[in-house]
Amino acid sequence: MAPVTMLEGIRQAIFEEMDRDPAVVALGEDIGVYGGAFKVTEGLLAKFGPERVIDAPIAETAIVGAACGMSYLGLRPVVEMQFIDFIACCFNQVTNFVAKSHYRWGAPVPLVLRGPSGGGVHGGPFHSANPEMYFVHTPGLKVVYPSTAHDAKGLLKSAIRDNNPVLFFEHKFLYRRIKEELPEGEFTEPLGKAAVRREGRDLTIISYAAMMYPALEAAEELAKEGIEAEVIDLRTLLPLDRETIINSVKKTNKLLIVHEDTRTGGIAGEIAALVCEGAFEDLDGPIARVTALDTPTPYSPPLEEFFLPNASKIVAAARELARY
Amino acid sequence: MNHPLTREQQFDLYYFMQLNRQLEDRMVRLFRQNKIVGGLYSSLGQEAISVGTAYALENRDWLAPMIRNIGALLVKGFKPRDIFTQHMAKYTSPTLGKDGTSHFGDLKVRHTVSPISMLGDLIPVMTGVAMAGRYLGQKIVSLTWIGDGGSSTGAFHEGLVFAAQQRAALVLILENNQWAYSTPVSRQTPVKDLAERARGYGIQSRIVDGNDVLAVYDNTKGAVEEARAGRGPVLIEVKTMRMKGHAQHDPAEYVPKEMFDYWKARDPLALYEKYLTESKIWDAKTKSEIDARIERELDVEQKFAEESPLPPPELAAQGVYCEGGCHNITADWQRPKKELTPPHCSVEAAWQVEGYGDLDKAAGDAKQAAVSATTGNGSKLSKLAGKPPVKVAARPPAKASVKTEDASPAVPRVPFGRGPKDKAFRRASQDKTGRR
Repeated sequence: MAPVTMLEGIRQAIFEEMDRDPAVVALGEDIGVYGGAFKVTEGLLAKFGPERVIDAPIAETAIVGAACGMSYLGLRPVVEMQFIDFIACCFNQVTNFVAKSHYRWGAPVPLVLRGPSGGGVHGGPFHSANPEMYFVHTPGLKVVYPSTAHDAKGLLKSAIRDNNPVLFFEHKFLYRRIKEELPEGEFTEPLGKAAVRREGRDLTIISYAAMMYPALEAAEELAKEGIEAEVIDLRTLLPLDRETIINSVKKTNKLLIVHEDTRTGGIAGEIAALVCEGAFEDLDGPIARVTALDTPTPYSPPLEEFFLPNASKIVAAARELARY
Repeated sequence: MNHPLTREQQFDLYYFMQLNRQLEDRMVRLFRQNKIVGGLYSSLGQEAISVGTAYALENRDWLAPMIRNIGALLVKGFKPRDIFTQHMAKYTSPTLGKDGTSHFGDLKVRHTVSPISMLGDLIPVMTGVAMAGRYLGQKIVSLTWIGDGGSSTGAFHEGLVFAAQQRAALVLILENNQWAYSTPVSRQTPVKDLAERARGYGIQSRIVDGNDVLAVYDNTKGAVEEARAGRGPVLIEVKTMRMKGHAQHDPAEYVPKEMFDYWKARDPLALYEKYLTESKIWDAKTKSEIDARIERELDVEQKFAEESPLPPPELAAQGVYCEGGCHNITADWQRPKKELTPPHCSVEAAWQVEGYGDLDKAAGDAKQAAVSATTGNGSKLSKLAGKPPVKVAARPPAKASVKTEDASPAVPRVPFGRGPKDKAFRRASQDKTGRR
């Protein structure tokens, strides 16, 4: 099998799930005739027809609301946000209607809300968002943010089959920049499980999505200096894989968290609290974090570069931490 | 009436309206005894709407109530105990105490979607219900309500845009009770009949006297038939009056007394009783039998609710997610799945753009534009476009009428972000003219 991009992995997941189960339908803006702004759904309309691939008006509240209603009759809608930034337009439907439905009155909402997220592509303040933490703070949702083509495919298939609303973030910087061979035939990846991408003994670096790559690059750099970092890919942000995090900290005794999301209220804070609760006495140094600045994502390349974490910022923070 | 009712059905309407009123009356007493945990919202004077609209639905149809649609829940088959226990936050309530008021539903039997407090959100959701019903071949109609206040929300607009685009079998009852909390309709919008908004969405609408249960039923039944036949959503504005405050805590002193007096004389239940008596559909005996039945039922139901326990505290931590097989999600397919499975569902992907590519027609339209320019009916833009048809014939007509640039080179180009009133711009263009 030839290596495929992450975008192709996502495409395959949607095609395979729609093939497998006629209850799976797709909704979104320009997903049919045009095949989606990033061409994730290219060919979907030709294969599955207009009843299953619905080009919607620019009305995010209506799209998510309708998907919720469809799911009440046993369908499994897969909704595309053209850019994940626009999820803010349907925040109420997602957080109040969809997320609370099962808890309030026992009505499951098996839908997937997916879309391109993240910066590094000079998209500016409205096409670069990482809004995951609004939703990690919303009980009733699941939040997935993969970093590889394999995970994107396997996790999206699991998300579609899950009985809960799943927000599936697709980092657009990774869409076409990474490639890997996928196993032949059917496979899924479980939600809520982190992956250890690199074993190490000196410190743990936790990250997810596009920041996995600078994190791994930094680990290689650190290895040259004799610092062996363990690198963990969260993959799912809600629910968090507490066990993998705690186990790694117990092993390395030092923790650095890296995320592309802004600093205040980012998942680093949550992980820090969780580690204090579960492995405080195993810590040999302060919990460190490398994150984006507490600003909107700026447009101009030097500004965005300054705003985002990168390998050298991670190396510097890790070196500091290793000294403890 | 286009949809006549049997004698029994007319008694039904009375039964549900009176049950609705008596149930709420008892809840007011419970509220004063501090037995209602949260707020209590009255539908006094609006019972004909809840009952008349829900009565027009079939069992397979879906509805989603708003806060003042308890009557609709009763028609749909929920019991008064469901309403009592919901308001009293009891463990025996449909939501086990997790939510209150009319915030509950039932996916499987009564096909009822629970509302949320944010207004308008049900309209997209019920659009999706109708879409899924069509997809599964169920031939269902979905119905929900919105107030005059809620019709200002973005969700109302988006929902109707999408419902109209999908020709969804949605019936939306716009319950104009003239007050959004303390704000009268006249202070919300200059639109007099809110049903007019339907034209902007390209859907059908009706205006009905909301205090006439037979008119409400008849018109809803008609709308349901239209929607079920695939003719798209229908908006029905029912005009009525909220006879109490927004909720129990609100004495509604902002409502002119004369307004209450006027509408009190048009009480929907009194009007209907008068009709049943004057038309000799019932006699005093039938009425007292129904009333007694309601009292008996409510006694039993209220007792059940009052004696029910509150939920165990630990329940608060449960049920956020659907895990471990708590629900087996299946769809009720009433058409062959094969129709929706490749290759049977495949189509050529292409939009048809109306009127595009018809060169002769385009030329004709351009001529038309030229004529209207000379007769003075056209706008300035269409005058500018009034060029010989040959030049614009190759373009679709819509573009031809706004094509200004090459038609009028004398008009100076306005730089982006600058208007003709901008001093610097005016000077620059004067300079240019001077040089010429």
